[in-house]
Amino acid sequence: MTTIAARQRVEEALLPPLVALLVALVVGDILILLVGQSPGAVYRLMLSGTWGNWYGFGQVLYKATTLLCTGLAVALALRAGLFNIGGEGQLAAGGFAAAVVGLVLPAGTPGILAIPLCIGAALAAGGLVGAVPGVMKARFGAHEVIVTIMLNFIVLAFLNWIVASHLHVPETLHTPEMRAGTLPRLMDWISPFHGSAANASLFIAIAAAVIVGWMLFRTRGGFELRAAGLQPDAAEYGGVRVGRVWIKAFMISGALAGLGGINYTLGYKHYYEEGFSGGAGFLGIAVALVGRNHPLGVVIAAFLFATLSQGGLAIHALVPKQMVEVLQGVVILAVAAAVPEVRRLVQGVRAGAAR
Amino acid sequence: MSEIVAFVAQTIRIAIPYLFAASGGVVAERAGVVSLTLEGFMLTGAFAATLGSYYSGSPWIGVLCGIGGGLVFGLIHAVASIRYRADQIVTGIAINLLAVGLTRFFLLMAFDSSSNSPRVAGFGVTGDGGALTGALLRNPLVWFGLLSIPLVAWLVHYTPFGLRVRAVGEHPAAAETLGVPVRRVRYFAVVLSGILAGLGGVYLALDQHQFTDSMTAGRGFIALAAIIFGRWEPVRAGIACLLFAAAETLQIQLQGMQGIPSQFVQMIPYVLTIVAVGGFVARSTPPAALGKGDA
Repeated sequence: MTTIAARQRVEEALLPPLVALLVALVVGDILILLVGQSPGAVYRLMLSGTWGNWYGFGQVLYKATTLLCTGLAVALALRAGLFNIGGEGQLAAGGFAAAVVGLVLPAGTPGILAIPLCIGAALAAGGLVGAVPGVMKARFGAHEVIVTIMLNFIVLAFLNWIVASHLHVPETLHTPEMRAGTLPRLMDWISPFHGSAANASLFIAIAAAVIVGWMLFRTRGGFELRAAGLQPDAAEYGGVRVGRVWIKAFMISGALAGLGGINYTLGYKHYYEEGFSGGAGFLGIAVALVGRNHPLGVVIAAFLFATLSQGGLAIHALVPKQMVEVLQGVVILAVAAAVPEVRRLVQGVRAGAAR
Repeated sequence: MSEIVAFVAQTIRIAIPYLFAASGGVVAERAGVVSLTLEGFMLTGAFAATLGSYYSGSPWIGVLCGIGGGLVFGLIHAVASIRYRADQIVTGIAINLLAVGLTRFFLLMAFDSSSNSPRVAGFGVTGDGGALTGALLRNPLVWFGLLSIPLVAWLVHYTPFGLRVRAVGEHPAAAETLGVPVRRVRYFAVVLSGILAGLGGVYLALDQHQFTDSMTAGRGFIALAAIIFGRWEPVRAGIACLLFAAAETLQIQLQGMQGIPSQFVQMIPYVLTIVAVGGFVARSTPPAALGKGDA
């Protein structure tokens, strides 16, 4: 019986992403044929342009870093039964705060002091933006989806105002370069990565995934968080203060998304620039969904979407890179549609077997 | 006097896409289906209208194509969220991403540009000042847009279909028991929201005589904000659309003066919406079965 239950869990977790990839492959084929290219050649080029050379692989690592953070943010919130679609604003706030701290620190501040300060600022800023929907939901019953959507626009407009009217380098939309707190790039250690943006943020993001996994499944707080997500009323009855858990979960979720900002500011450009997030906050939803809200799944999904996104650039000579944006949408749509369908099928089969 | 006329004209010009999208969104949301998709519907409508108008030379063909675009995307959303019971918030985000991706892909294929289409036929020529008023009055889409809200208010409150929409949005299980075809009502509501929001996009594209990449620029979310701020009542949502548009017009006209930074004016709809869902002024309560799928 337990083996059936375990197999059922695995099927429920793995089938929807596989179905989605299949659907995406078919849609991709159609688009490629529409442009008059051969799907085989395009997919080969996509692989060789991403995992097939050091630069491409470095870019995949770089893109996966941000997506890992925003994906973890969405996954953790979903475990608590909360939908955080404010990743875009939290990510931008985190990157901005890290860049500002790096800017005000005196030049020559040792990295051992400056880097933690910058990272702390990113976490705090993301957490602060995340706290708003948490408090609004726990205290006033406001739906977090609406609050987070609206907050994205507010945060981005606010940052735009600060940068445009107080902090930008003339003729640009970015802040001055940081004086301290920058992270080393991978190419400083492994020279073949030359030119790629991959940097030490990758390890911080992976560490975050490990910590989230430990927290969710090995601590009392994580247990309470998951209980609040599965059955808020039952959890409340069992002594969990669900409102507090929601606020905490939203703050951690926001902090995780904010952490993604250091990949760009501390690791790559060393300044905050308008629009650097480039949709990574929204793509985090796709990452969490395909990764089935499990930290390990999120890591895999982050690499998958990073490969897709870098692969789009690799194939641009043959097929417009916009194809990748279509495929991202298709994957999300297909996973969302497949999850309830697979659950019904799997449980239907089980019910039939039991009879 | 002419300043007031110019102000009203500009406000209406900005409000039309909001009115279309909000009137569509109200129907879907009242039927219990979340309308995060308005942005995507608008963008598809705008692109399809541009294609139609470009290849036929007639703005009316553009309108028809725009309706078709909104309809197809509405159908995709309906199939995913009703037939497959997918999470409506997730499908909403997917639809928006899909709309951006597909319009960019086909913009490149059709017009070999990653930023904008060539100039297409629209209704009349838009200028500013007095000319704007005349152009507005001659644009049939302006009249449709203004009428969309009373039309939807009548539909929701005074027709059998509207009664069913409200029933499936509040208590689908009870509606089912009484013989209301819950799924079919929701299909209709969502497809209608696609068509109406698509028309909002059509207006944008034909007003500017071209399609530009991501030209809806968050307007679908402003329409959603208007729905929530209007407490899911069509007329109140329409008034919210006009208010938001008036604030934008004020900001444009005051640009020369030292005043509030434009970014803060942009925030107004979003801040008001958060205030509304927080129940700080008057509680904004969504339809009971919103986003919950069927019973």
